[in-house]
Amino acid sequence: MISPAGSSAWRTAARLTAAIALVVAATGCGGATGAGSATSKVTSITALDYYTDEPEHSQWGETLSACGRTVGVKVEQASVPGASLIPKVLQQASSRTLPDLLMLDNPDLQQIAQTGALTPLDRYGIDSRGFAQGILSAGTYEGKVYGLAPYVSTVALFYNKDMLAEAGVAVPGTWDELKAAAAELTRPGRYGMAVDANPTFESAWQFLPFLWSNGGEERQLDTPRAAQALQLWVDLVKRGSMSKSVLNWTQADVHDQFVAGRTAMMINGPWRIPALNKDKNLHWGVAPIPVPQTGQTPVTPLGGEVWTVPQSPSTARREKAAQVLACLNEPSSMLALAKQHFTVPSRSTVASRYAEQVPSMAAFVKSVQAARSRTRELGVKWPKAATGIYTAIQSALTGEQTPEEALRHAQQTAIGD
Amino acid sequence: MPSRPRSVTDVARARFLERLAQWMYIAPAATYLLLFFGYPLVKNLVMSFQQYTITTFYTGAAPFVGMENYSKILSSDLFPKALLTTFLFTAGSVIGQFALGLAFALFFQRRFPLGGLLRSLLLLPWLLPLVVSGTTWRWLLDPDTGVANAALRGLHLTSSGVPWLTGTSQALVSVILVNIWVGIPFNTAILYGGLQDIPAHLYEAAKLDGAGSLASFRHVTWPLLRPAVSVVLVLGAVYTVKVLDIILVVTGGGPAGATETLATQSYELSFRQFEFGRGAAMSNVLIVLSLAFAVVHLRASRRAQNV
Repeated sequence: MISPAGSSAWRTAARLTAAIALVVAATGCGGATGAGSATSKVTSITALDYYTDEPEHSQWGETLSACGRTVGVKVEQASVPGASLIPKVLQQASSRTLPDLLMLDNPDLQQIAQTGALTPLDRYGIDSRGFAQGILSAGTYEGKVYGLAPYVSTVALFYNKDMLAEAGVAVPGTWDELKAAAAELTRPGRYGMAVDANPTFESAWQFLPFLWSNGGEERQLDTPRAAQALQLWVDLVKRGSMSKSVLNWTQADVHDQFVAGRTAMMINGPWRIPALNKDKNLHWGVAPIPVPQTGQTPVTPLGGEVWTVPQSPSTARREKAAQVLACLNEPSSMLALAKQHFTVPSRSTVASRYAEQVPSMAAFVKSVQAARSRTRELGVKWPKAATGIYTAIQSALTGEQTPEEALRHAQQTAIGD
Repeated sequence: MPSRPRSVTDVARARFLERLAQWMYIAPAATYLLLFFGYPLVKNLVMSFQQYTITTFYTGAAPFVGMENYSKILSSDLFPKALLTTFLFTAGSVIGQFALGLAFALFFQRRFPLGGLLRSLLLLPWLLPLVVSGTTWRWLLDPDTGVANAALRGLHLTSSGVPWLTGTSQALVSVILVNIWVGIPFNTAILYGGLQDIPAHLYEAAKLDGAGSLASFRHVTWPLLRPAVSVVLVLGAVYTVKVLDIILVVTGGGPAGATETLATQSYELSFRQFEFGRGAAMSNVLIVLSLAFAVVHLRASRRAQNV
């Protein structure tokens, strides 16, 4: 049993919020069923995710409905923009209006699980065997699995085939090749390379493959190995192969630059592929992220969203939500989802079957196998390290600090409390 | 029948009813203020003395930590920098907005064709959502593809372009410029209103006394505009010190924290690092700063009334 939130004022506020939410729900969708007590038959459950963009939103809507049909419930999908998901979840947690089925970005799972707002999935007899280790560890908090992701993703190097051919440059595989290729591909009005180096967690996510592939660790950021990785980004900017505007770019901006032909190569994820495919004149390829030395395998961060079952008073609703969650993670669903979203199924056996069926995704299937979850080492402390990392990236790329100095500060931020 | 003299209780009753009626009139406003201003304010104050994390939202448990949140944020090496940035941002914005706002107000006081239309167009920045204008400015100021640098290059004023958003010193200037643009309509509207209140015959008298336009501005316009000026400056400072959206959209607090103010720091602490206690402490520092401006304003207006 969960103890109700603190003071009576809190409860009043929570009730107010709940009342408003109820009114909104009632006016918004007339078909909404009541709260559904444990005894009454559950006919519909709610789901919350951050898939606001089309076609993602409706694709997920269809998948959720289909899974709902197989277990006999209607799934009401709500989507909020990525940045508002956690604030929304916190608000719902305090007003006890969490959805029956909740999607979370995998690095956020442990923090939310820590609050006690989620239920462990073994309670519903959900089998988590056969999932790739990386995503399983991201979905696990204190030894219990709280979230499972149907598919996972990671970042890779996208390149413009025409520009590489015209400049006579091969796809870079190492850091030195990357620097040379980026310089070679730079023209007036066009840069060779683009990354996301903005002051948010997104840039930490893009920097991790460089940090990890060079043997750097988020546990200890003030090491020469970490500094070398940061130096690579600094060199690219200093030599003019990468715009200084990377300091402001989000991953979406980086994508736009690539599509507009203003950069020949970029770091981005496979979820961009549907948009890239829309432009028939854009001939693009994808390769693993360059590594420090030939023969090394890149270590990339694991992306993907886990589905969870939040606490709620109704066992029946939670059971239904868990059944839908299990259905989403069936081999057939994950295969279909991965094909729709150009991602990789999270069960290893399904992933290898997928690589045979969709050869263009083979590069991602391979790199995802070695991918590490961001919370594997630091758990709920990861956001602090991520803050340190993006601050260091900003200080180093602006030239305010050397990579070594910047990472010394990053380490202080990461361990500070 | 002789009219009965009103008893003492009747008088008391009437007085009570009158009191009650008075309170009933006040009640809606008071309830509103308590609910939507008082409660958040008190909550924020309490929060700043608690270890208020993500977990608190679910369990309600927020251990009391005394002054720890305040000592943590005040001793952080980011604080003095953010305080200085807040000061520069506020001073730069308020001075810029005021100077341009006053210039526009004086300009539009003259009657000329399309004057009314132009004056209403000037309100446009006010009507646009800040995220929209922030995003537009981000495009305009983009160092590689922005209009600002294209114009400068076209005029051969610079060959490489100004790093509007990527230079650590230029970025602060850029957000100040954007915020000045946002604030001009407010300043112009209030100052224009103030100018309308100055009786025309004073200018005529000044003219008869042989005052030129500069002298009549100094001795007629400026003294009589004082109340409007103090309102504009104080409200401008209070609005500017807490600006968050413009900075978040245009630079995101970067590059390298160059545009990080107390407001963005507070947002960062609460909504990125989920340290709600420290975020609340930071915003309380901000509230104290705004309050200081408000006190200055009240004093100034009282003095103005007494004069």
